[in-house]
Amino acid sequence: MPINYYIFLSVALFAIGVVGVLTRRNAIIVFMCIELMLNAVNLLLVAFSKMHHLKAAALNTATNAGSDGQLFVFFIMVVAAAEVSVGLAIIVMMYRNIHSVDINFLNRLKH
Amino acid sequence: MQNALHIAYLIPLLPLIGFLITGLGRNYLSKSTTGIIGSATVLASFALSVWVFMQVKGGNTFTADYFNFISVGNVTIPFAFKIDQLSSLFLLVVTGVSFIIHVYSTAYMHEENQAQFGRYFSFLNLFVFFMLILVLGANYIIMFIGWEGVGLCSYLLIGYWFKNKQYNKAADKAFIMNRIGDFAFLIALFWLISKINTVGYDETFAAAAAGKLSATDITVITLLLFIGATGKSAQIPLYTWLPDAMAGPTPVSALIHAATMVTAGIYMIARSNVLYSLSEISMNVVAITGLVTAILAATIALKQNDIKKVLAYSTVSQLGYMFLALGVGAYSAGVFHVMTHAFFKALLFLAAGSVIHAMSGEQDIRKMGGLSKKIKITYITFLIGTLAISGIPPLSGFFSKDEILLATFIKSPILYGVALFGALLTAFYMFRLLFITFFGSFRGTEEQQHHIHESPAAMTFPLIALAILSVVGGLVGIPEAISEGGNKIGAFLSPVITSEHPHHVASSTEFTLMTISTVLVIGAILLAWFMFKNYKAKEAVGLGKVLENKWYVDELYNTVFVKPTKALGVFLKNVVEKSGIDGVVNGVGRLVQYGGRQMRLLQGGQVGSYILLMVLSMVIIFVIQFFLRK
Repeated sequence: MPINYYIFLSVALFAIGVVGVLTRRNAIIVFMCIELMLNAVNLLLVAFSKMHHLKAAALNTATNAGSDGQLFVFFIMVVAAAEVSVGLAIIVMMYRNIHSVDINFLNRLKH
Repeated sequence: MQNALHIAYLIPLLPLIGFLITGLGRNYLSKSTTGIIGSATVLASFALSVWVFMQVKGGNTFTADYFNFISVGNVTIPFAFKIDQLSSLFLLVVTGVSFIIHVYSTAYMHEENQAQFGRYFSFLNLFVFFMLILVLGANYIIMFIGWEGVGLCSYLLIGYWFKNKQYNKAADKAFIMNRIGDFAFLIALFWLISKINTVGYDETFAAAAAGKLSATDITVITLLLFIGATGKSAQIPLYTWLPDAMAGPTPVSALIHAATMVTAGIYMIARSNVLYSLSEISMNVVAITGLVTAILAATIALKQNDIKKVLAYSTVSQLGYMFLALGVGAYSAGVFHVMTHAFFKALLFLAAGSVIHAMSGEQDIRKMGGLSKKIKITYITFLIGTLAISGIPPLSGFFSKDEILLATFIKSPILYGVALFGALLTAFYMFRLLFITFFGSFRGTEEQQHHIHESPAAMTFPLIALAILSVVGGLVGIPEAISEGGNKIGAFLSPVITSEHPHHVASSTEFTLMTISTVLVIGAILLAWFMFKNYKAKEAVGLGKVLENKWYVDELYNTVFVKPTKALGVFLKNVVEKSGIDGVVNGVGRLVQYGGRQMRLLQGGQVGSYILLMVLSMVIIFVIQFFLRK
C-alpha cells in the first residue's frame, strides 16, 4: 500500500486530535484527543519505518534498517501510558474537589 | 653629583604642608598657632628662594626633572621645575610679599573665629603653593596646574565670607571669567602638542626657532595664550572680575588680586617671549590691548568712591602697562614693573586695609577725610605707595614706568603719548584718593570718629617693610642714561629673555622724556590737590556719571552675554530637558507599562486559549519553514 494513505490517515487523526483539544471542554475528552495525536504520530512512525525497511531489504535481505522508528513507538507508548495514569489521577482529584471536569473552570493559574 | 638646586621642590612643598596643617587642624589649633605655622612655612620658602636666587645669580640654572607626569604615545610631559633668572625673581617676589601679607593677616583677620581663621590661612598657603608651581613649572602643563590652582584659591578667598550672597556672586564671576581665559590657554596647549608633541619651554622655543611651527601656528598659539592671560591678568575684555574680587578680605586683594596672581599672565608672556617675538600681530594685539585697558581702567578709577575699587582699577591699569611693555618687546621692563608694582600695590592695599580697619569696616572714601593726623604710619606709608605708583623719582614706580614709556616711545610716539596720558591719570586718581581719604575734614559718623586708631604692630610692620621696598625697589633698574650698568634687572634677565633687542636712544632724548613725564605728573598731583583738598561729596553728572558706572561695561556684558546665556539655560531646562529628554525617558516607561497592560489580557487563565495560541504559533512556524524560507 502506498505510503500516502498512511500519511493522510495520520494527518487526519492528528487534526481531529488538535481540534478536539481546542474545542472540547471536558477534560477526559481533551485527554483522549491528546492520546489521539500521540497515536497519529505512532502510526506515522511505524509506516515510515516499514517503508524504509522495504527499500533497504530490496538491496540487502539481512538489513535491520528502519527498526529504530519502531523502537521510538514503544517509547512513546510507555510515556503515554505513564502520562495517562498521572493525568487520570489528576482528573479524578479534580472531580473530587470541584465536582466537574470542565477545563474552563481551571483558570486559577492566572492569579 | 646632583645639582644643589634639585631641592627646589621644597619651596612649593612647604606652603602645601602649611595648608594641610592649618586646614585639617582648623578646629584644634589656636589662632596664634595657625598664624605662626602659616607664616613660618612661607618664610621658610622665602629663605629657600633667597638661596635659590643667589645660586642663580652665581650662574647656576637648572631644570629639575622629578618624575614623568604624563606619558601618552609619543608625548611625554615630565613633572619638572625650571629654575632660572625669571623664575627665581618671581620666587623672591611671590614668597617675600606673601610672607609680609601672611604676617599682616594674622592681625587683620583677628576678629574671625578659630575655624574660619584656620580656613583663611589654609587657603592663603594653598594659594602660595599653586603660585609657586605656576612660576617654577618647566612646561606649560605644570604652569597650567598652578594657573588653575591659583584661580581656585582666588575663588575660595573672594567668597571667603560666603554668607554674603553678593560676595559669592563676585567669586563666581571671577571664576567664570577666568575659565573663559583658561579655555583659550588649553586650546593653545593642545595646539602645541598636536604640532610639536611637546609643551616644555625649551623644546617649544627650540622648535619655534627651528621653524617647525608655521607663522600662522605661532600667531594663533600666542593669541590664545594671550586670551588666557587677559582672563588671569584682568585685561580687556575679561577685566571686570577684578574690581568685584575686592569682596575678599583686604590682604587677599593685596596678595592675589594685586601683587602675585594677576601677574601670572605677564609671567607667562615673558616666559614665552621667544614665541611672541616671532609674531608681529600678537605683539601688536598685546600692546594695544594693554594700552587700552590701562587708559580705560584709569578713567574708571577717576570716579570710584570705594577705596578698594580705586586700587582695583589702578591694578587693572598697571597690568595694562605691563602688557604694553611686553607688547612693545620690552619684556624685562614688564617684569620689572611686575616687581615694583607688587611692592607698592601690596603696600597700598595693606594701607587701605589699615584705613578700613581704623574706620571699623567703612570702605567709602566719601565718609572718610582728615585721617592723616590720626593714623600717621598708615598715612605715610600710603603716601609713599602713592608717590611710587605715580612715578615720582626716585621711587620704584618711576624707574619701571619710565622704562616702559621709553620702550613705547621707541616703538611709536603715538602710543607713547597715550601711555603718558594714562600715567597722568594714574597720578591724578591716586592723589585724589589720598587727598579725599586723608585730608579735609572727617565726614563719617561720630562713632567711627571715636573709634579711629592706628593698627597693631603686626599690621604696621608689613606696611613699613613694603614702603621701604617701594622706595628702593626701583634701584635695581636704573636707566642706562643715568648710570652705566645701572639696569641690573635687565642684565640679570637677559639669559631668559633672549628675544629682546637692546633699545638705543640718545641720552638727551631719554632725559627729556623723563623730565616731561615727571613735570606732567607733578602737575597732575597739584591739580588733584586743588580739586580735592577740601572734598565735598556731590552727585556725579554727565561723563562723571558714566565713569562712576564703569562705562556701563558690566551692564553691557550683562545684556550681551549673561542674559542670553541665562535665557538659553532656561530654554534648555524647560523645553529640551523637560519635554525632550524627560519626554523620551518617560515615554519609554509609559510604553512598557501600556504594553504590559495589554499583554496581560492574553493570560486569561483559559487553557483553551493557551493551546489555541500554541497551535497558531506552530502553524505560523511551519508556514515560515516550508513556504517562506529560501
